[in-house]
Amino acid sequence: MTLVVGCASRNDLYVLLPGKDGKTGALIVESEGKKQTLDTPYAAARVKNVGSVDGVRSSEAEVKQDFGPALEAQPTRPVSFYLYFLADTDEFAPESRALVNQIFAEIARRPAPEIVIIGHTDRVGAMPYNDGLSLRRAERCREELIKLGIPKVRISVAGRGEREPEVPTADEVPEPRNRRVEISVR
Amino acid sequence: MRSALIALTLPMVLAFGVAVAAAQDAGQIKTSKGTAQIERSGQKLPATVGQVVQEGDVLVTGADGSVGITFRDNSLVSIGPDSVLAIDRFVFDSTTHQGAFDASLKQGTLAVVSGKLAKQSHEAMKVRTPAAILGVRGTEFLVRTGAAKD
Repeated sequence: MTLVVGCASRNDLYVLLPGKDGKTGALIVESEGKKQTLDTPYAAARVKNVGSVDGVRSSEAEVKQDFGPALEAQPTRPVSFYLYFLADTDEFAPESRALVNQIFAEIARRPAPEIVIIGHTDRVGAMPYNDGLSLRRAERCREELIKLGIPKVRISVAGRGEREPEVPTADEVPEPRNRRVEISVR
Repeated sequence: MRSALIALTLPMVLAFGVAVAAAQDAGQIKTSKGTAQIERSGQKLPATVGQVVQEGDVLVTGADGSVGITFRDNSLVSIGPDSVLAIDRFVFDSTTHQGAFDASLKQGTLAVVSGKLAKQSHEAMKVRTPAAILGVRGTEFLVRTGAAKD
C-alpha cells in the first residue's frame, strides 16, 4: 500500500450520536497509534490517511445524508416488560397478569420477534441460590407464555440473580420490586 | 375482543418465521432491503428477515441493499448499501453479561447501538475498519469506511 502525502487515500468518517436514552457514551477512534475520543453528540473523526485522525463535528442533517440507509435499516429497539413475584417463590404477584396482553401486542407488531425472559431476585440469600431462583422464575414465566400460545422456540430464558436490582439495596434486604422477571421483546 | 384477535393471529405471525434462535447464534436479521447476503463457510445465503447470524458470518449488501441485525446482547447493528461487515467474534453470557463482540466493516456504512456487552465492560466491543479500530464505551455511533474517490 502506498501513501501519498497531502492527498487523501481514504474517505473514513466516524460519528458519535446522542443516545436515545438521553445519555451520550464515548467512542475512541484509533488509527496506527493516533487517537481521538468522541464524547459529545455529533462529535466526529475523519481518517483521510492511515495514521491521521482529525476531529470534526457532524450534525443531524449531515448524518442523515451520509448514513440514511444504514440508519433506516436499524432494528426496532427491544422493549422490556416487568412481572413481579411473591417473596422466595415463582408465583406471580396478582397485578402482573394484566400485562400479558400488552406483551402479546408488542410481539405481534415486530418482524421475526424473539422473547427473552430474564429473571431477577432481591439480595436475600447467597448469589448461587439467587442465580437458581431467578432462572426458575424465568422458566415459570416461559411456561405461562407457552400456554398462552407463543411457540417455545421463540423464547429464551436467562437468570441474572441479584446482579441487576431495580432498587439498589444492601445485601440480605428483602425488596419486592427486585423480585421480578423482565420480558424483553426484540 | 381485541385480545382474542391477537391470540388468534399471533401464532400465525410466529409460525411464519423460518429460523429458530439457538444459544450459539449471535443474532437475528430484523430488517432487509434490496440485495443482501450472508457469506457462511464459503456459501452465500440470502439475508432475509428471521435468518440467524453467527460468529464468522460476513454480511454483504449491493448498491440497493441494507440489513439490520439484533444481537443476543441487544446490540443493534445495521449496514447500508455496498457494505461488507464481518462478525469476527460473538460471545455473550446472559447471566454475567461478560463476553466479546468483534466486528470489521471492510467497506460501506454501519450504524451501531451497543448492547449489554459494552455496558458490562469497556473492553468487550471492538469495531475495526481497514484504517482504524474503535473502542466502544456504551453508545450509539456511525462508521463509514472506503477508499477516497478522485
